[in-house]
Amino acid sequence: MSVAAAPRAASCTLERRGERVVLVLAGDWLLAQGGPSAAGVLHRVTASGARELGFDCAALGDWDSLLVTLLHRLDAACEQAGVTLLGDGLPEGAQRLLALAGAVPRRGEAPPAHPPWWRRLLDGQILAGAWRELLDALGFIGEIVLACGHLLRGRANTRAVDFFWFLQQTGPAAIGIVTLISVLVGMILAYLGSVQLRQFGAQIYVADLVGIGMVREMGALMTGVIMAGRTGAAFAAQLGTMQTREEIDAVRTLGIDPTEFLVLPRLLALVLVMPLLTLYSGVLGMCGGALVALGMDVSWTQYLNETRNAVTLTHIMTGEAKAVAFGVVIAVAGCHAGMRCGRSSEAVGKATTRAVVSAIVWLIVADAAFNILYQRLGI
Amino acid sequence: MRAGDPHIEVRGLTMRYGARVIQRDLDFTVNRGDVFVIMGGSGCGKSTLLKHMIGLLEPAAGEVLYDGVSFQRAGAAGRDALRRRWGITYQSGGLFSAMTLAENVALPLQQYTPLDAAAIADVVAYKLALVGLAGFEDYYPSEISGGMQKRAGLARAIALDPEILFFDEPSAGLDPLSSRLLDELILHMRDALGVTVVIVTHELASIFAIGNNSVYLDAESRTMLDHGDPKTLRERSRHETVRRFLARAGTEDA
Ligand SMILES: Nc1ncnc2c1ncn2[C@@H]1O[C@H](COP(=O)(O)OP(=O)(O)O)[C@@H](O)[C@H]1O
Ligand SMILES: [Mg+2]
Repeated sequence: MSVAAAPRAASCTLERRGERVVLVLAGDWLLAQGGPSAAGVLHRVTASGARELGFDCAALGDWDSLLVTLLHRLDAACEQAGVTLLGDGLPEGAQRLLALAGAVPRRGEAPPAHPPWWRRLLDGQILAGAWRELLDALGFIGEIVLACGHLLRGRANTRAVDFFWFLQQTGPAAIGIVTLISVLVGMILAYLGSVQLRQFGAQIYVADLVGIGMVREMGALMTGVIMAGRTGAAFAAQLGTMQTREEIDAVRTLGIDPTEFLVLPRLLALVLVMPLLTLYSGVLGMCGGALVALGMDVSWTQYLNETRNAVTLTHIMTGEAKAVAFGVVIAVAGCHAGMRCGRSSEAVGKATTRAVVSAIVWLIVADAAFNILYQRLGI
Repeated sequence: MRAGDPHIEVRGLTMRYGARVIQRDLDFTVNRGDVFVIMGGSGCGKSTLLKHMIGLLEPAAGEVLYDGVSFQRAGAAGRDALRRRWGITYQSGGLFSAMTLAENVALPLQQYTPLDAAAIADVVAYKLALVGLAGFEDYYPSEISGGMQKRAGLARAIALDPEILFFDEPSAGLDPLSSRLLDELILHMRDALGVTVVIVTHELASIFAIGNNSVYLDAESRTMLDHGDPKTLRERSRHETVRRFLARAGTEDA
């Protein structure tokens, strides 16, 4: 393989020489420039009805895997057709590589099936998969309940350090984004209401609208959405990566229940943090509302008094109840996706996506359920 | 450019992470057709040296020359041209898990050759056959064993007929038999393809089975103690540490 000036195009022709058919190879056979199609050469060889195939490489220039690839295919095809392949005309290196490629026989077993998604949809596999997943999620929740039971009896493998670590990660670290979103949502609510209320000079009631709206509804919901994207995704990615690195197997084989060890600290931290963040979000939302109200000839004191009259403890508790439930939903969705993650880096991505999507879906479902319940109870 | 000519030259190389010097003043030559072993205890900087050689890390001082061309002083285009001639297998395979084996091996071919899909499929089949994985085209990396993943990583590394093959701990995590088979495969590759092989390992059996040139990195003095044929070093190294390191294998072999 010397450094040639300009590479010449690869070519091959078939010649009949007495008993055998000879493939005359010429030019440079290099991956970087390509050559005649293997299928075409194969076709010509079979069409010639040869019993013996030889090679003439006198005009062959540089060569690399491109040539051996052709030989490898010819070799397999000749064996199938009962043609004897005589490799002695080939460069020595190519003969060696050909032998090496044929050294390990091809495995007969069929590869695992990877049907496309529409096929699986038609076969009902996707529906069945969703059903299995739902059952699995219920099983996962059952494991969590059992683990909580162990924890209450003081016999769980849940470490306090982990709990405090996740408390820090889910709480203080999220303050910034919660602040920003809450103030903005408060302002949006205020603008939305003021347009209507101004028409009959009742802009003071913006305080009621924002206060009750934030405390009962938007505080918990917005915090939930933020935490689903921020914390639920992080849980899924952490646990999923642990799954790919066999860390969860290690936990299990050390005789430690992974639910107690990995899921509970995350779940408890989030369940504790969510109501606090929701409360905080409500207060900031009201501040945002106040900013807007100030621009509409409502004074600070008026706004404050009106808010105090409007927002009762019941309102606050309804919001807090939602926050606790949302915390559970987000943590369960995130941890479930992570614990059931596959073993590849792609699976971690899928788990993260699933954690966020299912957390948000179930957040909205739970929120609707709460509102229907409150309506029935008249609170 | 014949076998035995200098292929890779490491000149005055000092490697650092931040302020922490890992190894200093490394100076050695890898010849064409060598199976060159980077050896030393755990954490002495073998992987770090390999990453410097393949340009993933910038040296604190010194340079690495390929056929007399400095990688560090080559521009972006020059570096790309050098890289094109290397095949690298990673400690844990480095296969893309979202792609089948065939797609993994096809990737560099699609990137750098004008071949059409059918031709690429043929080359992929040949490369997989070369590493003993014929018929595994449509498997995902997670569906095959660790040893097979290593071999599939090798198939991807040799997709473009590299001149130099780099391995980081190819036999880590393999059983002795698979590890022996991989060693043999590496030797076959060297003989058939005429490549230069640079390999990081602390498996003493491998060092003697395949290595014909080597460098020993010492964790304590933070520099290389000796270089040369490992079999010679075992008998005649100037350094007690190197002889002891290699002698442990001698007793195992016998
Ligand atoms: N990315 C990094 N940043 C800082 N230090 C590192 C990094 N990678 C490795 N090290 C340190 O450099 C030293 C050499 O590491 P490495 O080259 O991986 O050793 P080995 O010889 O086992 O392959 C070790 O002490 C390791 O802790
Ligand atoms: Mg290493």
